[in-house]
Amino acid sequence: MTPRARERAQGVVALLSGVLFGLGLAVAGMTRAEKVIGFLNFFRGWDPSLMFVMGGAIAVHAVAWRLLQGRPSPLLSARFLVPTRRDLDARLLLGAAIFGVGWGLGGFCPGPAIASLPTAAPAAVAFVLAMLAGSYATGRLDPVLTRALKRP
Amino acid sequence: MDIPLDWIRALQGGALIGLSASLLLGLNGRVMGISGIVGGLLAPSAGDVAWRALFVAGLVGGGLIALAAMPGAFSAGSASLGMVLLAGLLVGVGTRIGKGCTSGHGVCGISRFSPRSVAATLTFIGTGALTVLLTGGGAR
Repeated sequence: MTPRARERAQGVVALLSGVLFGLGLAVAGMTRAEKVIGFLNFFRGWDPSLMFVMGGAIAVHAVAWRLLQGRPSPLLSARFLVPTRRDLDARLLLGAAIFGVGWGLGGFCPGPAIASLPTAAPAAVAFVLAMLAGSYATGRLDPVLTRALKRP
Repeated sequence: MDIPLDWIRALQGGALIGLSASLLLGLNGRVMGISGIVGGLLAPSAGDVAWRALFVAGLVGGGLIALAAMPGAFSAGSASLGMVLLAGLLVGVGTRIGKGCTSGHGVCGISRFSPRSVAATLTFIGTGALTVLLTGGGAR
């Protein structure tokens, strides 16, 4: 395959993967904010169903990962670009903690919020815009903060 | 025993999400982490934009198809606009600092038995639950 054809094929795969992901989120109930909040509401009338979303997704993907282990590279690119770090650090946990607070406040995580854009619901649109702003600002500020924290 | 329909739908939807992640990884070698895919569009580097944009376009397209087929699958909750903006901001900041969200850490990372992703997932479910507890079952 020429590099050009390969790049095109990768684009088709990305598009298809996005479509399947969006459909999966909607079928699973992840695009209903109050259902997500019901899942996070462990202490009053907990709705466990979203546990099965992660369960179903992990069951499929863990098998795929296992099967892919024996391959030197993905079908359409030179190598697997997968995080290899295994150590825990404060950044990881701090970031996850902040994300969780936002998730609990809005009932949206990034995927379902973007998949909900076609509803044109003001809450979904506002959420996505604020999320992009937060991610962009953090990306710009991060090197500055990291340098400042490293300074003795 | 009757299994609630919601659980079955959740499993089916979850399996679709797993399939989507497996296609992206097995064919393109990429992790299906939404915050990361979108984050890469906010700081674009040459040759690394098209697949991200196409994935996001597909995600919106998938949402559109789902909306046509099952409009009841969507609802944006009861939080006020100010609360939603705060929520989005925190999600953007947190996923950038912690390098991942529900898909990247919760699905892809856990599937690879990554200790970082397990810890991140337990943390965001924990602080999410605490937030819902403190707001009395959903922010207004």
